[in-house]
Amino acid sequence: MSQTTTQILKRLISTTQSHLRSCTRSVTYMPRPGYNAVKPNTPYTNNGVPRPVTLIPGDGIGPLVTNAVEQVFEAMHAPVTFEKFDVHGNMHRVPDDVMDSIKKTKVCLKGGLVTPVGGGVSSLNLFLRKELDLFVSLVNCFNMDGLPTRHEDVDIVVIRENTEGEYSGLEHEVVPGVVESLKVITKFCSERIAKYAFEYAHLNNRKTVTAVHKANIMKLADGLFLESCREIAKTYPEIKYNEIIVDNCCMQLVSKPEQFDVMVTPNLYGNLVANTAAGIAGGTGVMPGGNVGVEYAIFEQGASAGNVGKPKLVEKKKANPVALLLSSAMMLRHLELPEFADRLESAVKRVIKEGKYRTKDLGGSSTTQEVTDAVISAL
Amino acid sequence: VITKFCSERIAKYAFEYAHLNNRKTVTAVHKANIMKLADGLFLESCREIAKSYPEIKYNEIIVDNCCMQLVSKPEQFDVMVTPNLYGNLVANTAAGIAGGTGVMPGGNVGVEYAIFEQGASAGNVGKPKLVEKKKANPVALLLSSAMMLRHLELPEFADRLESAVKRVIKEGKYRTKDLGGTSTTQEVTDAVISAL
Repeated sequence: MSQTTTQILKRLISTTQSHLRSCTRSVTYMPRPGYNAVKPNTPYTNNGVPRPVTLIPGDGIGPLVTNAVEQVFEAMHAPVTFEKFDVHGNMHRVPDDVMDSIKKTKVCLKGGLVTPVGGGVSSLNLFLRKELDLFVSLVNCFNMDGLPTRHEDVDIVVIRENTEGEYSGLEHEVVPGVVESLKVITKFCSERIAKYAFEYAHLNNRKTVTAVHKANIMKLADGLFLESCREIAKTYPEIKYNEIIVDNCCMQLVSKPEQFDVMVTPNLYGNLVANTAAGIAGGTGVMPGGNVGVEYAIFEQGASAGNVGKPKLVEKKKANPVALLLSSAMMLRHLELPEFADRLESAVKRVIKEGKYRTKDLGGSSTTQEVTDAVISAL
Repeated sequence: VITKFCSERIAKYAFEYAHLNNRKTVTAVHKANIMKLADGLFLESCREIAKSYPEIKYNEIIVDNCCMQLVSKPEQFDVMVTPNLYGNLVANTAAGIAGGTGVMPGGNVGVEYAIFEQGASAGNVGKPKLVEKKKANPVALLLSSAMMLRHLELPEFADRLESAVKRVIKEGKYRTKDLGGTSTTQEVTDAVISAL
C-alpha cells in the first residue's frame, strides 16, 4: 500500500513540476493558500477512491451547464462524485446540509445563484463567500483559438478581494432620504490577497502584478491596500509590480489589454475589471474562475456569477457550458488530478477552435447538449 | 453617502438632457443587488423621474453586466446615468472604446456654474515627455469648448468649431500620437483653424 502511495506521489510531483516548467498554457494552476508541498495523506490524494465534490446547480442556466459538466466528467471516468444540492437565489440562507457538505468535501462546483435587486434577501453568492472565508476571486480571461475578438494576445488574471471593501453590506439610512454605505478595507485582508496574487504569479511564471486602485481620491482606504501590496511586492523581487488608477485601467483595458498580466484589486473594482476583461476576451460564457479560501474552494463561471441568463435561454437550452467546463478543469487541478484537467481543457479548446459547435453568445446556434457532446467526443 | 436629493437631481438632469437632445433611452447603472439601500435609493429616484418622461425609454443595468456589454455591444447604450464611482469607470471605459480620452468632450455642470474640460481622466495630465514634445491631443478640449459655446447660447460658433474638428479628424492628415499619427498640438490646431 505504501508503494502505491509513493508511486502516485512521484507521478503527481513530476507532472506538477512539468506543468510549472511548460507554462505557455492559459488555464493554469491555482495555488491553495498556505499550501507549499505535496503532503502524503491529505484528503486530496485519495489513492484512486472517487473524490466527493459538492455540486450546486443553481438557478436559470445553472442546472443546464452543471449537467454538462456531469456528463463530461462521467465520460472521462474522472474519480469525482458529485453531491448535488438544490439551492435557489431566493432562499434566505444556504441550507445547513449544504454548508456541512461543503465543509466536508472542501470543494464545490456551482452554477449561478440569482440575487434579487433591491431590499430584502441578501445575495447567496456573497453569503457563501463570507461564511467560508473565500477571500480570493480569480478570473482568468484569455483569447481562445478560433474565437476572434477585437484584441489579440489577451491573457489577464484578475485576482479580486472577495470579502470586504464596498460589498461589506454595511449600509444604513441615516435620515429618510440619505443612505450611508461603508467601505471597509483592512490590512489583514489586503495583505493576504496581495500574498495570494504574488504566489499565483510566482507559481505560474507570470511576469507582472498590477494593483488597481483609486488612491488619489480614497486616500486612506486604497492607500492601505496599496501599502500592503507594496510590502508583499518586496518579497518577490523577480516579479514586476506596478500600480494603475482604476479609471486609467479601464481605458487601457479597452485599448491595449495585452499589457496586463496579473491584476490584484479590491472588491468593487475587481468586479468591474473582471467583467470588462471577460467581455474583451470573449464573453462571460467562456471565462473560468473560482473563489478560493484558506480551506475551501468554490468553482463557478468566471464573471457575473449573479447573471443566470434570460428565461428564453433556459427554455431553448442554449446556454454556454464552456465557462463551467473550464472552471471544473481548474477544480480538477485543485484536486490534484492534472491529467484529467489537461484532457478536459484540450477537448474544450479543440471544440472552440473547430468552431462547428458554438452557442449563441459566441456567434453560433448550437444547444448546450450539442457542445457537450462535441467536447465528449473530443476527449 | 447617497442622498435622495442628489439622486433626484442627477436623474432629472439626465432625462432633461435626453429630452432636449432627442435621445431615446436612459439607462441607470447600479449595483443594487449588493448595495441594496444605497443604490436602491438611487434607483427609486431614477424610476420616479422616469415616470414624468413617458416618451423616453428607461431601463436599468447592473454595473458588472454593463461593463461586459460596453465592451461587446456598446451600440445598445444611449444616455447612461450613474452614481459617482461607477460613472468614473463607465465613462473611462466608454471613452476608451469610442476612440480614447484624447477626443471625448465633457463638462461638469451645476445649478449656476459650469466647468468644461476633457471628458474622461481629468486627473491624467500626461507624461512630462508629452508636454516637452508638445504632442498632446487638443481635440477633447476643442470639442468641450464647443459644448461651452452651446451652453453660452452661441450655437453657430459651436457648429463651425465642431465641423472643423470633425473634418480634420476625418482627413486624417494631422493626428497626434494617441490617435496613431505624429503631429504636434500646434499642427492640429492650425489644421482646425484652416478648416473653419
